[in-house]
Amino acid sequence: MSDLGHVLVLAGGLSYEREVSIRSGRRVAEVLRSQGVDVETRDTDSTLVPTVLSERPTVVFVTLHGGAGEDGAIRSVLELLGVPYVGAAPDACRVAFDKPTAKAVVRSWGLNTPDSVALPKETFHDLGASAVLARIVESLGLPLFVKPSRGGSALGASIVRSAEELPAAMVGCFAYGDTALIETYIEGVEVAVSVVDLGDGPVALPPVEIVPDGGAYDYAARYTAGRTEFFAPARLADEAMAACEAMAVAAHSALGLRDVSRTDLIVDGAGKPWFLEVNVAPGMTETSLLPMAAEAAGRDLGALCRGLLEIAARRG
Amino acid sequence: MVASEIRALFAVASRPEVVSLAGGMPYVTALPLDVVGELVADLINRRGSEALQYGSGQGDPALREQICEVMRMEGIDAGADDVVVTVGSQQALDLITRIFVDPGDIVLAEGPSYVGALGTFAAYQAKVVHIAMDDQGLIPESLAQTIYALHASGQRIKFLYTIPTFQNPAGVTLNLVRRRQVLEICQKAGILVVEDNPYGMLGFDGEPLRALRADDPDGVVYLGSFSKTLAPGFRVGWALAPHAIRQKLVLAMESAVLSHSTFTQLAVGQYLATQPWREQIKTFRELYRERRDALLGALEMQMPDGCTWTKPAGGFFVWMTLPEGLNSKAMLPQAVDKRVAFVPGTGFYADGSGARHMRLSYCYPQPDRIREGVRRLAGVIEEELRTVEMFGTRSRDGHSGVDTPGPDLA
Repeated sequence: MSDLGHVLVLAGGLSYEREVSIRSGRRVAEVLRSQGVDVETRDTDSTLVPTVLSERPTVVFVTLHGGAGEDGAIRSVLELLGVPYVGAAPDACRVAFDKPTAKAVVRSWGLNTPDSVALPKETFHDLGASAVLARIVESLGLPLFVKPSRGGSALGASIVRSAEELPAAMVGCFAYGDTALIETYIEGVEVAVSVVDLGDGPVALPPVEIVPDGGAYDYAARYTAGRTEFFAPARLADEAMAACEAMAVAAHSALGLRDVSRTDLIVDGAGKPWFLEVNVAPGMTETSLLPMAAEAAGRDLGALCRGLLEIAARRG
Repeated sequence: MVASEIRALFAVASRPEVVSLAGGMPYVTALPLDVVGELVADLINRRGSEALQYGSGQGDPALREQICEVMRMEGIDAGADDVVVTVGSQQALDLITRIFVDPGDIVLAEGPSYVGALGTFAAYQAKVVHIAMDDQGLIPESLAQTIYALHASGQRIKFLYTIPTFQNPAGVTLNLVRRRQVLEICQKAGILVVEDNPYGMLGFDGEPLRALRADDPDGVVYLGSFSKTLAPGFRVGWALAPHAIRQKLVLAMESAVLSHSTFTQLAVGQYLATQPWREQIKTFRELYRERRDALLGALEMQMPDGCTWTKPAGGFFVWMTLPEGLNSKAMLPQAVDKRVAFVPGTGFYADGSGARHMRLSYCYPQPDRIREGVRRLAGVIEEELRTVEMFGTRSRDGHSGVDTPGPDLA
């Protein structure tokens, strides 16, 4: 084991997922300390740049979710500062974080993803909402899934089962962002597949199945212990499991990601996975999916995080 | 308890970049902290062995005398024997509810009402029935009708919980005529009144209002607090209760915590005995008055048509009503994105209403920050009006969980 020196965990930020990020950061710092790593956790504010310049951490672990943490902004600043960090480079983050763009990329690589349309609020304003919405229902059918084109934790997301529900879902979505992604809702099993690359190429951890007790895997279901039942590994046929793992690794590669990612997908009744979105800074809280997958694989989360830091440090 | 996306948004609101009109933290920086520091050091030096020892379940006798002196400013004539010192008035509320409420019992409360009280009532499985208010406070006719209807349907009303003066969150004050009417209605119906009065001394015009308790010693439990007149960090509040209730309160207090912190009780006592506390309250009043003026002035200038708000004569809060069709909870993410925070109205009702309202607090931010916050908020409301008009509907209100911030949000 190499000596990692002083490691900075970035957590918090000003996105809607600040609270989740703080919990992720705390968890990562904890498991790294158990590995004997010298860790400091910091928020992203006006003291960050001077601190990095004076302390010169060996490597940074970014557990910022949403906004600047996942859209490449903070990573661009880390590049400017010449500090290595775990995870995808800024350009890849920008593509992955924007869900419509990520869907277009993986589709061009031959992966299944539900049909969709992404529209900014201004379009509805300029062209008239009802005409555009009617056309969307006609073209994509029902049910639909509406979510902001950027961001996570299901904030602003909802299922639309009738055309009458669509306008309210749009208003709820635009509360969290200026562009909405409206996609065909695939009924099936929700699965998340984490991918890690410790230097030998991207490898999928066991797919985790998500069964929210109230039906919807919303914010409350995600972060209230006991509100959602998880199965790790997922209760899928071998063939479907393999297809999920292959899809997550393919998405990781297609989007040019590195070190770690988590792909969320739906497995339909025929056992076929559909790509929904990818996360470049997966949640690391007690109820998050990557830690669960690591455990199912018999991997120690601390050792895994340490491995990711070593790869990043070597990359320089 | 359920994780709530609203609560998660308040995690962002605590950052200095955000103008928080959400919290209810008193501006303790206005205290002479050096003096308080000396006072505490002196207390430990002189009376350390007493201050660090267990105390009585009812509270320090000398402090209870001083509390009676404070209450005299609101027309209350009471003896120290009927005062129980509690961990903030919040604990007094908890104990009262524990003593009186069985699951399913009714508690009457203003609509909207203090979120901390609603939380306590929910914890003891009380059913809260809200009574309508207007800009003169609780509406007596509405109170009488509700009591009549509940009694007619055989339901058991345990007490009326009311914040008659500079109400949280509405900012309104029960007028003098209605004070008499409310007491009469409750006396006639045999319903105990729990008068919560944390802001009573923070009026901006003239002398403190006469408390409900001043005119009905047998029918009112009065809850008081040093959290706003001194500092919430001491956690010293009290209940003044009729004799029979007071005895139960002391027993409940002992079973909950044995005794309150002697240290903080003596510190508060020392402060009251040696410092010009009336002058300090005046300082607080001036400070909060300036901030209220900043908030009301900015609202007048900036808010779009269709928004209305209360004009508090004291306390910490303004209650705003949004144009028809807007949902304040749905606007909070946009507000946080624009770096301003408020508390959505739904948190102040036990029955899910309040979506068209929001609470704006002016106690903590400086006046120029308040004006900047209102400017940002006006932009958010205008944008939401545009969105709702565009889609012809407001968002679905499917969120669960806690809609209000913790007590430590500025």
